Amino acid sequence: VDPAPFSVILQLPLFKFLLQIDHIVHNGGLYKRPFNEAFEETPMLVAVLTYVGYGVLTLFGYLRDFMRQWKIEKCQNAIEREEQKDFVPLYQDFENFYTRNLYMRIRDTWNRPICSVPGAKVDVMERVSHDYNWTFTYTGRVIKGVINMGSYNYLGFAQNNGTCQQAAAKVLSQYGAGVCSSRQEMGNLDKHEELEKLVARFLGVESAMAYGMGFATNSMNIPALVGKGCLILSDELNHASLVLGARLSGAAIRIFKHNNMRSLEKLLKDAIVHGQPRTRRPWKKILILVEGIYSMEGSIVRLPEVIALKKKYKSYLYLDEAHSIGALGPTGRGVVEYFGLNPEDVDVMMGTFTKSFGAAGGYIGGKKELIDYLRTHSHSAVYATSLSPPVVEQIITSMKCIMGEDGTTFGRECVQQLAENTRYFRRRLKEMGFIIYGNEDSPVVPLMLYMPAKIGAFGREMLKRNIGVVVVGFPATPIIESRARFCLSAAHTKEMLDTALKEINEVGDLLQLKYSRHRLVPLLDRPFDETTYEETED
Amino acid sequence: MDIKRVKDYIYWLYYQYLLITCSYVLEPWEQSMFHTITVTVFAMVVYTAYVFVPIHIRLAFEFFSQIFGVQPDSTVSVLN
Repeated sequence: VDPAPFSVILQLPLFKFLLQIDHIVHNGGLYKRPFNEAFEETPMLVAVLTYVGYGVLTLFGYLRDFMRQWKIEKCQNAIEREEQKDFVPLYQDFENFYTRNLYMRIRDTWNRPICSVPGAKVDVMERVSHDYNWTFTYTGRVIKGVINMGSYNYLGFAQNNGTCQQAAAKVLSQYGAGVCSSRQEMGNLDKHEELEKLVARFLGVESAMAYGMGFATNSMNIPALVGKGCLILSDELNHASLVLGARLSGAAIRIFKHNNMRSLEKLLKDAIVHGQPRTRRPWKKILILVEGIYSMEGSIVRLPEVIALKKKYKSYLYLDEAHSIGALGPTGRGVVEYFGLNPEDVDVMMGTFTKSFGAAGGYIGGKKELIDYLRTHSHSAVYATSLSPPVVEQIITSMKCIMGEDGTTFGRECVQQLAENTRYFRRRLKEMGFIIYGNEDSPVVPLMLYMPAKIGAFGREMLKRNIGVVVVGFPATPIIESRARFCLSAAHTKEMLDTALKEINEVGDLLQLKYSRHRLVPLLDRPFDETTYEETED
Repeated sequence: MDIKRVKDYIYWLYYQYLLITCSYVLEPWEQSMFHTITVTVFAMVVYTAYVFVPIHIRLAFEFFSQIFGVQPDSTVSVLN
């Protein structure tokens, strides 16, 4: 039976919806290892009930806004002064509807102040609110030893003791904390040069450059690379820094569906064939923006296919490895090593030091000509203050530790521990029956909550049981797909993970979060061959 | 002990109702308002079902049996 026409019909959105397809990708010719990514479809009943919940909240939101407007109730958010009432409104009232009426009610699950180093365990300051989260007061008590499942501490380098801290303290006493200048003026320390050579060696590229802020690395360097007359193809779920950089550059932006290579190929074909919109001239440059690990979905980019497409259509690739550097790959060199590819195939390798290295800042690596160009033309290099010396020393020490150059195998063990923790945690959560998004190997684990009341309930119940989690809702995620996001760390021991899993199990039963129906269907936008997984159903 | 288990279970059901309808996040007076409205609507639905559903079922049953009751008579008369 030729599956081709069948698969074409099944591409239609209606049929996809009816069949509730989950996507499991099988082994293709480009992949040297199995690529297991799954996004289970939202159960219909859960989606309907979520909309019901949002409907109730919207009605009560209108009621409260009405009461605030007519002064029946005191308005506690920002409003203009009496003298300015006739001017153009300063505070956009309706756009903050969601903030006023849902976010404020469950605000105590976010912005919790911590008062210790965010390692595997953290101390959280206790606070109460007497007016339903409009203001908080501290009780003075500290909740000690909360298991930290929310920090991006993938390799466990967020420590206040150990070799990294001692080296950073030594550099602090030598150089001080401030640099007081930008890179181009007087802020280029020998530490920065040392760091950049080390980063280039770590990534396997010719040259690298480091910046003070990871967000600024993206938003200030993409405008230096592309401009008007260029085309940017950006993934649907790219981070705000990439979106901001793309918009600031003035290039034309086209969005392809998340991790969907057919969508990307179609856009590339159209771009090459049709050129620029009015004049039909060829695009000056085509830049593909992808991330290594998408932090909201936990999915890993399909890098072998992206590189194959990039070579076929002669475009450039900008890879943002903010979450994947240090966390993927047998020696922690990121998503390029995870797939066993050549780092020279990626034109611009960007990453941050915030997540796996326990420091701050970002870097860009690539060919020497590219980095030399960026040194003079990047806004961040010319105007932004350079990295602080103790932070640079933290990065240098942790990177040497990961590479094994400090003489121990500590770094290697951390990378392996993280991979083990990831596999164990994801497997146990899936067995319990939660809906978990993303790739099997990504240390970011999103657990679906869906209903808005459960966002607040989950955060509070987990803190009661001494586990700190990050819950995410609209607008960082689609409106019905709110989730709790766990970030695993090499610093988590198996006992901590077991405790956390036990509590998550309890809370999952209490809040009825185990939505999964374990229905996995193979991906239908590739031709069937012998390596397709069997269709399994309950 | 059994009474406590039953009470816990009923409280857990109430908690699920609060979570699903998002009244968990509302302030107490809003919750009271919402519960009043919900209970009123539910009571009206139950009352309407109790009053009207048996009559409708009986009428439907008579309607359909009348149709099937008429048919055999006409075929017999045609054959005759």
